[in-house]
Amino acid sequence: MSVSTCPSRPAPRREAVEAAVPTPDAGGLDAADRAIVLATQAGLPLVPDPWGAVGREVGMSGAEVLERMQAMQESGVIRRVAAVPNHYRLGYVANGMTVWDVDDAQIDRLGREVAAIEGVSHCYRRPRHLPHWPYNLFAMLHGRSREEVERQAAVLRERLGEACRDHRILYSTRILKKTGLRLAGSRPSDASKDTQRRG
Amino acid sequence: MHCQAPNSQDPTHQARKLDALDRRLVDSYQRGLPVCTRPFHTIAERLGSSEDEVISRLERLQDMGVLSRVGPVFDHARAGASLLAAVAVPEAERDAFAELINAAPGVNHNYAREHDFNLWFVMTAPDEPELEARLDALEALLGVPILRLPMLEGYHIDLSFPIPWAELERA
Repeated sequence: MSVSTCPSRPAPRREAVEAAVPTPDAGGLDAADRAIVLATQAGLPLVPDPWGAVGREVGMSGAEVLERMQAMQESGVIRRVAAVPNHYRLGYVANGMTVWDVDDAQIDRLGREVAAIEGVSHCYRRPRHLPHWPYNLFAMLHGRSREEVERQAAVLRERLGEACRDHRILYSTRILKKTGLRLAGSRPSDASKDTQRRG
Repeated sequence: MHCQAPNSQDPTHQARKLDALDRRLVDSYQRGLPVCTRPFHTIAERLGSSEDEVISRLERLQDMGVLSRVGPVFDHARAGASLLAAVAVPEAERDAFAELINAAPGVNHNYAREHDFNLWFVMTAPDEPELEARLDALEALLGVPILRLPMLEGYHIDLSFPIPWAELERA
């Protein structure tokens, strides 16, 4: 169902937009940008003039919406505007979050190398929490089977070499909730809609 | 373990229902569509189709679940505050804990994973103080410590994949 025809779609939460105005953490977004984020995060209306349709919802012209979208893309707040595939439906049924305990002195170089390996979608450095959580490098792997994910992980293991003390692959067994960015809070109704089992 | 959502269809079955134009739309525009006055018109010109056709194809792909949406992909770190969080809960009570987590304001992903830390979710908020407040409140509600794993450095993010059309076709 396209966004524009969804009758149950709640109106943007203005008070949350106000509350969010602008902090250094917020990438310099002003209230109008935030209104656009809220109105588009679940998808654009599939109509010839999507910016005009968004503009009518947030009270500005289509030209201004387009201009602000372009500016947010320029600044990196928007990575891209895209047809976002559901990879599970397209055969990528195995999703492994790999976590690695990597020498801090080498992690930035190795992180960039690992990120370039095929099958890696996200690659981040995160803090350790000893003793329960020794892993500081996260790489998300996607494959058509667990075997494919294992092969990808073996490539990562080799690349990390001596700098890596330990690692784990945490497969997802179930998606309990998956929504796009929710700037102003959650919509509890999304949980049941998006619940999905994974193999 | 292998299980399927009751209402989802076998991916190979879905792929067979997509013709060449559908596949070109997915392949070509998962990395980005033109951000211009009439984006679907521009796409139609490139693909030798019509604006109406492109729009109805995208609607259908969305309805089938092949596309989760057509729209902006935001950088969470720049559009507010967020972090990856995890809790270790008894496996038998996992779904009950998951419901509490999903209902908490700001939670936008929640995955069950095979580890002692068996629930992994993303907490978001408009800013850092609110993020901390939401995590503290949820921690109190759950009664278990929340492992807080903010991104310290991002090395690369690429959410596009070569879609294995031929393989899906054969299966």
